[in-house]
Amino acid sequence: MALVNIDQVHKYYGDLHVLKGIDLKIDAGEVVSIIGRSGSGKSTLLRCMNGLEAYQHGGIVVDNKEVSSDEKQVRLLARSVGMVFQSFNLFPHLTVGENIMLAPKLVLKLSSKEARALAEDKLDKVGLAEKIDEYPDCLSGGQQQRVAIARALAMSPKVLLCDEITSALDPELVGEVLRVLEQLASEGMTLVLVTHEMNFARDVGDRVVFMHMGKVWESGPAKEVFENPTTPELKSFINAVL
Amino acid sequence: MIEFTNWDILRNLLLAARWTIALSLTAFIGGTIVGLLLTAMRLSGRRPLQWLVRGYVELFQGTPLLMQLFLVFFGLSLLGFDISAWAAAAFALTFFTSAFLTEIWRGCIDTLPRGQWEASRCLGLNFKQTLSRVILPQAVRVALAPTVGFSVQVVKGTALASIIGFVELTKAGTMLNNATFEPFKIFAMVALIYFALCYPLSLASQRLEKKFNGSR
Ligand SMILES: Nc1ncnc2c1ncn2[C@@H]1O[C@H](COP(=O)(O)OP(=O)(O)OP(=O)(O)O)[C@@H](O)[C@H]1O
Ligand SMILES: [Mg+2]
Repeated sequence: MALVNIDQVHKYYGDLHVLKGIDLKIDAGEVVSIIGRSGSGKSTLLRCMNGLEAYQHGGIVVDNKEVSSDEKQVRLLARSVGMVFQSFNLFPHLTVGENIMLAPKLVLKLSSKEARALAEDKLDKVGLAEKIDEYPDCLSGGQQQRVAIARALAMSPKVLLCDEITSALDPELVGEVLRVLEQLASEGMTLVLVTHEMNFARDVGDRVVFMHMGKVWESGPAKEVFENPTTPELKSFINAVL
Repeated sequence: MIEFTNWDILRNLLLAARWTIALSLTAFIGGTIVGLLLTAMRLSGRRPLQWLVRGYVELFQGTPLLMQLFLVFFGLSLLGFDISAWAAAAFALTFFTSAFLTEIWRGCIDTLPRGQWEASRCLGLNFKQTLSRVILPQAVRVALAPTVGFSVQVVKGTALASIIGFVELTKAGTMLNNATFEPFKIFAMVALIYFALCYPLSLASQRLEKKFNGSR
């Protein structure tokens, strides 16, 4: 069974039909980029995958756990699914180290010492070991986003969901975050990225999913999708963004 | 008629001011505790609890404090409870304070970005952990200044307890005036004592506001 199984998922915001029967399977170790126009439902799909949003029909199973927005289930899922946001969402009153240690201590019940070692390890991975005792607002946007990645990794998720995590960054800071993702990909981390970085999607991603009007309009191996788009919608989208 | 020296007057007023302080502290501490409970109920996500809190806040914000005081004092005696002026004043002011603090804190918590809740949820923190480790530590910084600022309203609100016969600063002033017929002198002294109580509080509030504004 695939790591992520999305089966005929429908999602409504009131009367607005946002996801219209999404089918998607993602294997462990895959790097999947979700692309598409604004409003096509990319974020919504991602947020349904860890229970941040409820869906109305169909089913999602991640790491053999049924996804629902039920409070208990969301907490259980947090051990399998990590999430990084466009706006970082670091806790500003805690240091970088405390940001990373909080959930391992409270949820995984690690001791302070174990949690600290874990934080050091994850920070090292994103190249910020020396920032462990700084506060987030002393860091650049790129550094904050790398801390957010380290914080998510500290829960050892099976899959990491990233929603436009470079979109809020100054152009010169995008590269350092993408390099971290690239390294994670090469280590076999399962990544699901909503992204506008088409070069990254093509060169690092295994698969591209093009969403349009709440549906998976086209999907396939990354290079193929970019070189030979079959639908006119994807063709025009690629022409517009590349 | 008894002769009162200025010192006698001042001394009696200061003695009575102790009760003003005691009543203020009681109301403020009681109001904080009740306010925290109401705030937790409001954030719990349970609809009936949220309505209850909404109703409570609207009720106490939408009626004069004096009426609340009368209702507690006379209402409870009508129901057969023998309630002292002190207890009635303490209860009424606690309700009043808790309603306003709940509303002040609602504003402070709502200014925190939704992403703070979402990030906590994605990390597997439960509601209590999110509240105590992520939301409240940030909200407290924002809430400190307006909360201390509101304590000035509590101190001034205690003056109404004089109307149901509780002898605090204002009531003592009224009684001394009945004995000396020097209203200007006496009420000037009363006002000065209130000012001496309130001014440090509003000063502290302003300082706190400067200190925490915009910083983490
Ligand atoms: N909380 C919400 N309430 C109501 N409608 C919403 C909500 N969130 C999103 N929508 C609507 O759902 C649709 C899909 O939104 P979504 O955020 O998933 O799009 P997206 O593909 O991520 O777009 P973008 O590239 O702009 O981030 C949009 O029409 C949006 O207006
Ligand atoms: Mg989006």
